[in-house]
Amino acid sequence: MAFEPEIWDVGYLIASILFILGLKKLGHPRTAPTGNLYAASGMLVAVVVTVAQMNFGDGIEGTILIPVGLGVGGIIGYTMAVRVQMTGVPEMVALFNGFGGAASALVAASEVFRMINNGTIPTDWLTFHVAWIAIGLSTLVGWMTLTGSLLAMMKLKGGFEIFGKWYRTPTWGPEWLNYVKGIFLIGIVGLIYMSLEEPGNQDYVIGIIVLSCILGLLFVLPIGGADMPVVVSLLNSLSGVAAAFTGFIISNNVLIIAGSMVGAAGLVLTNIMCKAMNRRLIDVLFKSFGGSDREKVTRTKVGSDPDEVAMICDGISKCVIIPGYGMAVSQCQHQVREFADILEANGCEVKYGIHPVAGRMPGHMNVLLAEANVPYEKLIEMDRINSEMGECDVALVVGANDTVNPVARSGEGPLAGMPIIDADKARVVVMVKRSLSVGYAGVDNDLFYEDKTMMLFGDGKKMMTELVSSMKEL
Amino acid sequence: MELVTLIAAITIFALAIFLGFELITKVPPTLHTPLMSGANAISGITIVGALFASNVASDSGNYPLAAWLGFAALVLATINVVGGFAVTNRMLNMIAGKRRGK
Repeated sequence: MAFEPEIWDVGYLIASILFILGLKKLGHPRTAPTGNLYAASGMLVAVVVTVAQMNFGDGIEGTILIPVGLGVGGIIGYTMAVRVQMTGVPEMVALFNGFGGAASALVAASEVFRMINNGTIPTDWLTFHVAWIAIGLSTLVGWMTLTGSLLAMMKLKGGFEIFGKWYRTPTWGPEWLNYVKGIFLIGIVGLIYMSLEEPGNQDYVIGIIVLSCILGLLFVLPIGGADMPVVVSLLNSLSGVAAAFTGFIISNNVLIIAGSMVGAAGLVLTNIMCKAMNRRLIDVLFKSFGGSDREKVTRTKVGSDPDEVAMICDGISKCVIIPGYGMAVSQCQHQVREFADILEANGCEVKYGIHPVAGRMPGHMNVLLAEANVPYEKLIEMDRINSEMGECDVALVVGANDTVNPVARSGEGPLAGMPIIDADKARVVVMVKRSLSVGYAGVDNDLFYEDKTMMLFGDGKKMMTELVSSMKEL
Repeated sequence: MELVTLIAAITIFALAIFLGFELITKVPPTLHTPLMSGANAISGITIVGALFASNVASDSGNYPLAAWLGFAALVLATINVVGGFAVTNRMLNMIAGKRRGK
């Protein structure tokens, strides 16, 4: 249990250094692939060092479990990573997150049940208290991360299927639910305290597990789909914290270092996203927002057809394309790029205005457009593109809604104060959207009904394909 | 456990948190998703704990449930690690391929 100065710790030190360098390099475009490689090598070093220092025993548990576990997990993980569509990445990161948290929590469970049943509960006061408190906290954070991530994943998907029937993921959270969450948290802390008083009783541990699972669900339940990027990022941070607590249980520095580093890094990202939405983290987490009560569409707007739009786009000199989640869903980034190519061939300047929270994850649009081979320099951040919107002839909004909703400037409603891309300042606005329905924030968008706005109603891919062929026919 | 080892562990914990804050203060939006996914893969370091937990033979006692819980942890942690790094790599290649192509 003690941190003995062993030769193996040098191996863990090397792994830790690789993680630190890797995380640093991941933050810069040029070095990011190397960073990922460093971090992955660090992980390999950590695993090899761990396996090397074990003394394998007899029996099936000692020799079979580890290679089988590594093999099965490796194959599943690799297959998922290779097969996943780029639109599915946010859900998968959420799922992996949950797995990471669950793994930490399961290690804690394994340790505590082993010590209780083998009668090897530490007798030394300090060792015992450190181990039991760390087990309690790792259990709390780990299980919360699992259930929270699973719910976040379903919210990102928009719903889930049970026996072939599709259910929309609910968003529900009256004010008093926050007190319920508080009571759960106090209950868990109480159970951790009681497990210290009566260490041999595993019922307390089981109680902590159950309450933590429910707390994770309650935590994510009131938060609307629009805020899921923030939640996934925060859960990412939590899975790191769980790993760090697990490090305290098994007295292993590499877990503590890597875990707390990821915990802090996740928090930084969470903050970046909150700033982008001009919201405070506290509000996101504890004030139910967006989603469930969708306003009915009261006004109507006549849709345009691609030929009309193609005629408008003929001979313009500046076009800004503003993508949103709709582009991700319909996978139309290639058609968007084709459209841009045609415009550029006619001497039009094309740029892409990227809202920081467009899509369901920070950088979501960047990844999709990169997949369609759109040059990196053409992706312009919100602040810089807004200064150019006044000279823009056509703003093409593909599957975005809340991020271009002018009501955000008015200071009322759920979107109040969120920075938006000023699509309404362009001379003509073309919106590709399936309907006039509201976005995730549940707010009607006046931009739809303006005279200069042309709506192309339909699936993004279909409409963009038609638009491209209309452009070619001109 | 000696008090001094606990203090050392808490010191490491606190310093690593500060390190995490400093490492990624400014990141271009393109890298937000890969960074999140990469950091998530690093948090799969709990795989080390899972390896110890599945290897009951390393301890004096032998309680099968503990080993199987460890095994479940190992599978999940490995999915997290391998899947996380692989998907990060895929995303970064897309971005990098783009930049080379210009």
